[in-house]
Amino acid sequence: MPDFLIYAIIVALAIAIVAGPLGAFVVWQRLSYFGDTLAHGALLGVAVGVFAKINITFAVVACCLLLAALLFILQKKTGLGDDAMLGLLSHSALAAGLVSISLMGTSVDLFAFLFGDLLTTTLGDLLLITGVCLCVLTLIIVFWRKLLLCVIDANLAKVEGIPVALMRALLLFAMALVVAFAMRVVGVLLITALLVIPATASRRLSQSPEAMAIGAAIIGCLATGFGLIASYIYNTPAGPSIALSATGLFALTLLIKQK
Amino acid sequence: MSQMTSSAAELPLIEIKEAYLDFAGNRVLNNINLTLNPNEIVTVIGPNGAGKSSLVKLAVGLQTPSQGSVKRKTKLRIGYMPQKLIIDQQLPLNTQRFLSLCGNKAALENAVARLDIHCLLKTPIQKLSGGEMQRVLLARALMGKPELLVLDEPAQGVDVIGQAELYHLIGQLRKELGCGVLMVSHDLHIVMAQTDQVLCLNKHICCHGAPESVSKHPEYLQLFGKKAAADIAIYTHNHDHQHDMHGDVIGDSHHNCQHDHT
Repeated sequence: MPDFLIYAIIVALAIAIVAGPLGAFVVWQRLSYFGDTLAHGALLGVAVGVFAKINITFAVVACCLLLAALLFILQKKTGLGDDAMLGLLSHSALAAGLVSISLMGTSVDLFAFLFGDLLTTTLGDLLLITGVCLCVLTLIIVFWRKLLLCVIDANLAKVEGIPVALMRALLLFAMALVVAFAMRVVGVLLITALLVIPATASRRLSQSPEAMAIGAAIIGCLATGFGLIASYIYNTPAGPSIALSATGLFALTLLIKQK
Repeated sequence: MSQMTSSAAELPLIEIKEAYLDFAGNRVLNNINLTLNPNEIVTVIGPNGAGKSSLVKLAVGLQTPSQGSVKRKTKLRIGYMPQKLIIDQQLPLNTQRFLSLCGNKAALENAVARLDIHCLLKTPIQKLSGGEMQRVLLARALMGKPELLVLDEPAQGVDVIGQAELYHLIGQLRKELGCGVLMVSHDLHIVMAQTDQVLCLNKHICCHGAPESVSKHPEYLQLFGKKAAADIAIYTHNHDHQHDMHGDVIGDSHHNCQHDHT
């Protein structure tokens, strides 16, 4: 097997593993629109990177983190939880990204950003991405109990002395990081799929939050494996193949009675 | 508010002074003064929309007053029981795991035994009935060994026998833990046997004091009507014996109460 393929597989699995528990929080906290907004913002990051001639990965990460901070503040100030407002932001971010990239001319391979470009992964990318995934996973594990208490009821957690706003910021920060790096695996348009579909499938099989998070990571890895194989055999784009495999696994869980 | 002599030496758990709360130009709370001491039960009563829940939120720090001050004892351990707890269906969580997030195994077993909720441990938290949820929430509040229990309408969704039992239990817990209790209720007659101070709220404090004096206060009568006051006379002697969770009379009554309770 050529090196680039091995790198691709490792990177995709690393993202799938961290997307499991993170995706569980996205489902519990109804953050999928947040994920979309961040992902679409990543495209804007690409445009900024190209325009300012800085490292694109750096620009994307910075853009996602900035957007996460903005969303955090907006949500605190205005109680921005509603569907319409996030829909507006999310799609505006996508449109802004698309327009600014096309304004750059033809120097950017838009398709690669929209649907993922796993096979160009270098050893440097591999080290960076697995490192980031490891950090995010560690954060989630360390703060698991507090994060979970915030999910159960923010007010209750606050009265009991849990720093709710900080936990919220931590979750959005972790999401921004993962989204920024998952862009390479599944592309801007399908990042939320990688977060939401394995977690939703896992929900049907689990009786505890921990089981759901671990199950989501396993289902994500399976979907990644099947998707990459399918992509290799049928020469389909890797991102959509992975997302579709995850959907297939979810459909399989429908055969099982929900616990 | 008047101080209880037994706790005069200790610092109050909560001290609210001249607090006002406004939401978008609407005054929700008007000039609230409240002191809650250790080992004291304060009950807030009032009609719908009187700002009872807002007052509770102000006390526990979920709201900051628009004016005035709310002081809590430093590092006050609060056991909070909200009016409702709605947990997302997508979260697979049974009662046991829910409780185990809040303390160690010994604390959990103790609280479970105290509230007689052993049979609920494996039930998904979303499937608990209103009364079951209240007991689980109370168990959860206990596990943190609170210095202050805050209960927002603890008897919601509980039948009358269960309510009397619940309030009796709260009274017992206060003695065991020596904690202060702040609770919201709209049935003065059921809580009064367990209450030291009643605060009658209708955006401002209409009247406050011992339950018997509040029940005769003209503003209270105006808010709740004479019928409510008459009910109190009926109910006050009714707390000499206790029921357990199943409605049976418990034998350890502190008075010799001979009348038939049914």
